Amino acid sequence: MSLLTTILGRLIKAAITLLTIAVLNFFLIHAAPGDPAAVLAGEAGAADPLFIAQLRERFGLDQPLCVQLWSYVKNVLTLDLGYSFRQGMPVYDLIASRLPATLLLTLSSFIISLSLGIAFGVAAAARVGKASDSLLTTLALLFYATPLYWAALMAVLVFSVQLGWLPGFGYETVGSGYTGLARAWDILQHLILPAMTLGLFFMAVYMRMTRASMLEVSQMDFVKTARAKGLSGPVIRRRHILRNALLPVVTLAGLQAGQLIGGAVLTETVFAWPGIGRLMFESLEARDYNTILGVFLVSAAMVIVFNILTDIVYRIVDPRIGAKT
Amino acid sequence: MSFWKRFATNRGAVIGLIILLAVVTIAILAPVIYPGGPWKMVQRPFLVPFTNEALPLGTDTLGRNVAAGLVHGARVSLLVGLVSTVMALLIGVPLGALAGFYGGYVDEGAMRFTEFFQTIPNFALAIVLVAILQPTLGSITLAIAIVSWPPVARLVRAEVMSLKRREFVEAAHLAGLSNIRILVSEVLPNAVSPIIVMASLMVATAILLESSLSFLGLGDPNIMSWGYMIGAARTVIRSAWWLSFFPGLAILLTVLALNLIGEGLNDAFNPHLKKGRT
Repeated sequence: MSLLTTILGRLIKAAITLLTIAVLNFFLIHAAPGDPAAVLAGEAGAADPLFIAQLRERFGLDQPLCVQLWSYVKNVLTLDLGYSFRQGMPVYDLIASRLPATLLLTLSSFIISLSLGIAFGVAAAARVGKASDSLLTTLALLFYATPLYWAALMAVLVFSVQLGWLPGFGYETVGSGYTGLARAWDILQHLILPAMTLGLFFMAVYMRMTRASMLEVSQMDFVKTARAKGLSGPVIRRRHILRNALLPVVTLAGLQAGQLIGGAVLTETVFAWPGIGRLMFESLEARDYNTILGVFLVSAAMVIVFNILTDIVYRIVDPRIGAKT
Repeated sequence: MSFWKRFATNRGAVIGLIILLAVVTIAILAPVIYPGGPWKMVQRPFLVPFTNEALPLGTDTLGRNVAAGLVHGARVSLLVGLVSTVMALLIGVPLGALAGFYGGYVDEGAMRFTEFFQTIPNFALAIVLVAILQPTLGSITLAIAIVSWPPVARLVRAEVMSLKRREFVEAAHLAGLSNIRILVSEVLPNAVSPIIVMASLMVATAILLESSLSFLGLGDPNIMSWGYMIGAARTVIRSAWWLSFFPGLAILLTVLALNLIGEGLNDAFNPHLKKGRT
């Protein structure tokens, strides 16, 4: 199967998934206690009755359920995610304005956790059974069990409050008037703590996986052959073992995109990072269901896009995959 | 070697078991240790820990005993972790077993369904479900179960697929047993050990999920939980570190214990794997 047909197939599947989520969202609105119009207004009970009546008419809430469903899905398909009355702007615009911050956070966190996780995993596997291996494995075990938001709070406490090394709050220094490089440097400083804490859990996951995978591959016959040829340890590790050991790690990395986005809700809440995760938290407090469901849909779309991308990377890295199916 | 002996050779697993037993004991005895409950205001707010013998971990923003909160919070963590895992197993095991056993369209349909749930970011789905259904102990447990069954279904499906080609299953077919009977009494009992290992790790994940939801304010408002304690202390982290530190440590220890037990169970169920690893 060629790469193109694969991508096409994935896109069709993605469209079906998103459509299903839109339908799910619709039923969730109706599952919420109270009048769906009030739910859409995000003001459960406190909204102006005239306004609710208008909403009811606009969304056809007096019509049969299937007609309502159709108009809801049609709206979602045209990127009309409704209006957030709490924030006073369309949900789509709201999410679009918050999305860059989340992308910056999740992508940098992904890169940090993957590269550090693989590096530590390789290091641990190379020193298997020694003290440094036990230390790394124990640390991974601890990070693996640490609640993400707690790690974030403790990082603020240590690096921001106690040591004063890094800012623990926000996206950039408010009112600093920085431009260009100075602004980028300022944002980078704000980014370090959230990105590191969000990546901590995944770093532990990748490290454990890389270590196990390295140890498994190193016992395979082709490695013995390489050793018999007289190649040095580091060369075998890099060229022969690591290359093969990375495949399961890449698969896993693709699957964890969803968790990264979920984690962003927690991290952004702690660090007041102005992304869609923080938006979701604010909407929770305000009972702004429309925005919550919008963020949910967009985060699912992000995961799907990310999965397609890793799939493509995977097929390029390992041509055997395409040949098999 | 007996199962217990194999489990006990893993030092981490034994430590995990001790920690878990301690947490369970504390949870059960909570009403005896702090009969006043976790909500009672006992002292002035923001009492620093280790300064008052009766209140070793200090008091929170409203003058409530942090230690009492921790002890009572253990109950909700363990309960939600356990019940949601059982619910996830009740969804995942039958679905995976039917998909793996019957194959064909049943398998195709079940796996599409599972894939859909795996694509959706699971924490975001849990947030949406609890927010819409209103935060109660029941809705939180249900939401966690709904987002955590897919890996169970996949595991059981793979196990059943490999088991159904074994000779003892063919023998059962020849003996004239019905399909359902073969699945329930011949195939599934042989898939129990990987399911138990996965379940112990799922309880750990469920505890993390529950605490994360409570942290965001999506906990049951009538029940004290570790996540809620941290969430309530989030804004005062600069002045009162202990309010978030101790509950977080409690979560960390409990989750760590369950993960260690899971690994120990895995080693004990698969003694042959142990040799391959160094």
